[in-house]
Amino acid sequence: MALKSRHLLGLEGMPKEDIELILDTAVSFKEVLERPIKKVPTLQGKTVVNLFFESSTRTRISFELAERRLSADVVNFTTAGSSIAKGETFKDTVKNIEAMKIDMVVIRHSSSGAPHFLAKVVDANVINAGDGTHEHPTQALLDIFTMREKFGYIQGLNVCIVGDILHSRVARSNIFGLKTLGASVSVCGPETLIPKDIEKLGVEVYHNIDEVIPKVDVLNVLRLQLERQNSAFIPSLQEYHKFFGITRKRLEKASKPILIMHPGPINRGVELSSDVADSEHSLILEQVTNGVAIRMAVLYLLGTMSN
Amino acid sequence: MKILLKNARVISPSQGLDEVIDLLIVDGKIEKLGDIEETKDFQVYDMSGKIISPGFIDMHVHLREPGFEHKETIETGIEAGANGGFTGLCCMPNTEPPMDEPSVVEYVKKRASKSLDGMIEVYPIGAVTKKREGRELAPIAELVEAGVVGFSDDGNPVQDSGVMRKAFEYISMFDRVIIQHCEDKTLTQNGMANEGYWSTLLGLPPYPDISEEIILYRDLRLIQYLKPKIKKVKYHIAHISSKSSIELLRKFKNEGLNITAEVTPHHLLLTDEDIWRSSYDTNLKVNPPLKSREDIESLVEALKDGTIDVIATDHAPHAPEEKEADFASAPFGIIGLETAVGLILSEFVNKGVISIHRMIELFAVNPRKILGLPQVKIAEGEIANLTLLDPNSEWIVDAKKFKSKSRNSPFIGWKLKGKPLGVINRGKVYWSDL
Repeated sequence: MALKSRHLLGLEGMPKEDIELILDTAVSFKEVLERPIKKVPTLQGKTVVNLFFESSTRTRISFELAERRLSADVVNFTTAGSSIAKGETFKDTVKNIEAMKIDMVVIRHSSSGAPHFLAKVVDANVINAGDGTHEHPTQALLDIFTMREKFGYIQGLNVCIVGDILHSRVARSNIFGLKTLGASVSVCGPETLIPKDIEKLGVEVYHNIDEVIPKVDVLNVLRLQLERQNSAFIPSLQEYHKFFGITRKRLEKASKPILIMHPGPINRGVELSSDVADSEHSLILEQVTNGVAIRMAVLYLLGTMSN
Repeated sequence: MKILLKNARVISPSQGLDEVIDLLIVDGKIEKLGDIEETKDFQVYDMSGKIISPGFIDMHVHLREPGFEHKETIETGIEAGANGGFTGLCCMPNTEPPMDEPSVVEYVKKRASKSLDGMIEVYPIGAVTKKREGRELAPIAELVEAGVVGFSDDGNPVQDSGVMRKAFEYISMFDRVIIQHCEDKTLTQNGMANEGYWSTLLGLPPYPDISEEIILYRDLRLIQYLKPKIKKVKYHIAHISSKSSIELLRKFKNEGLNITAEVTPHHLLLTDEDIWRSSYDTNLKVNPPLKSREDIESLVEALKDGTIDVIATDHAPHAPEEKEADFASAPFGIIGLETAVGLILSEFVNKGVISIHRMIELFAVNPRKILGLPQVKIAEGEIANLTLLDPNSEWIVDAKKFKSKSRNSPFIGWKLKGKPLGVINRGKVYWSDL
């Protein structure tokens, strides 16, 4: 079995079998991570560069761990103090790095479509680690992996994504992936943070979180980016917390336990109250563990394709 | 120099002329029309199956000089215009320094007169406000004296309604057209793609189409309000792009307002979906952004029924290193001078959407009406200002044949039927190299 594409740019349009192949492969890698020696020689001799044009801690560390556990050689590139800071263009930077004989590129960029541009100009396999407000496919894959692990299925699962949908790449990738696998997906947030025509992606839109809670199996709660408040998308963080924040009191109204996910880092007391973040309903730390397994699966599947 | 063009289909809609005849040009003037015997000193061209029209004008061009000579110069822009079938170009004032004072206008005119021996007429558009900042009026009267044919702040349209009112009042004294790029910047902010399904899917900052309609409506209502007070306002909508703007334009035209509009070939042929299809091709990043299929249908309808008056390119050259970037970093705009005529012949005239007469009105007759320039006549004794077309030639758009300094066109590689053959003006002939 092999993936249809030699890049992972997004989950939009990715066939169901490919998503399932990644999820199934990640199951084996999760087993590897449970062993005392967590390293396999799969990508020995391959070089992966982590190109992070936008700051990130956990995604970068997660990728780096996944790469090292597959025995790849790893190079990290961040923009601070780099040639980009000296005025070099994105394209030149990338072509220079490629000239150093890189096999795979993991890219995080603040501009939607940057990995797509990269895939047009380099020969290496490109993995999107988050592009602007477009996609964050490995995050969605690890979210879906975690849900599948808990429920045993995705088809028919009720998932609501809560928060700033407009600017969220996590939301988009989750919508694309979950819809392909047959889940029922809704979004809930202030109307100013709901993008136009989102319902055409096959999701229901809610503005009242208390109306959503009784209907769902999973709440995937997005980080409210504090800097957005400066653009006045919402009146205040307090008001946001009051109307959209996930609290134990709100969850108690549901007849069944609802699982809580969050891509991190959490703003405690804004989108999630601490008692929920640390509760038995929270899958947040499992997501982090699964993230490494998913990224190993993606790196393995792309890195071992015949080039 | 004596040039004999044999068996050409000569079309001049303003004169009601459409005949297959010979045309003799001597020293830049049309000496004779009709059946003409060749003599030895004639340069003879067989024009069977070809069309001769009054020279085309592109009302919306960015020549980039002064200030951005790495994108285009007046010289390369003029050559691109000639190569694309135009004998006249209006150049927008967003240069550096901007054309907000007479010396810059004079500089541009002087440089233009030295390129291709001045055969391509360059008509500068002056800025409405100083530095195109939308606050204080530019020296309008002085700019008129220096030779501007109209006024526009183009990409930085006046946001302040009070300033816009003063601009309408003041410019009304000079019989010059005001060309508005309609965009409410408070709505578009950093928008890059038409707000809707595709911008949501692509995660591109949304640009709501109502921002065009809102400024258009504000301007049209201001003009209506001022109508009893001011003598004459000529208002021209740049690159109209949305169905709702078309409906508004049609309504106000019916109410008798002196307003006109242009559309670009790219807004007629490309959609927001193409950004997805092309995986974020930066040559589809234009302002206003590409719209939906439904908007295109409305634009085409307006092109056919006369609601739209002009086809203009919004030729916006950018250097390769500027466009070869991620979508957000790339600047807005594409070149158009060397593809417009071919695209319209191929996709509209040859497909029976509009007639060749209508095309000539859109490119040659109406721009002159709007700019207050005398109509070019194809008649004995007149100066030969002509665009020559080959409506049947099949060709592939090839960037290597562009005379523009830039290559930022989404139409490279398109297979077209119909192309510009050349231009004649001020005693000079330029054969297109496309």
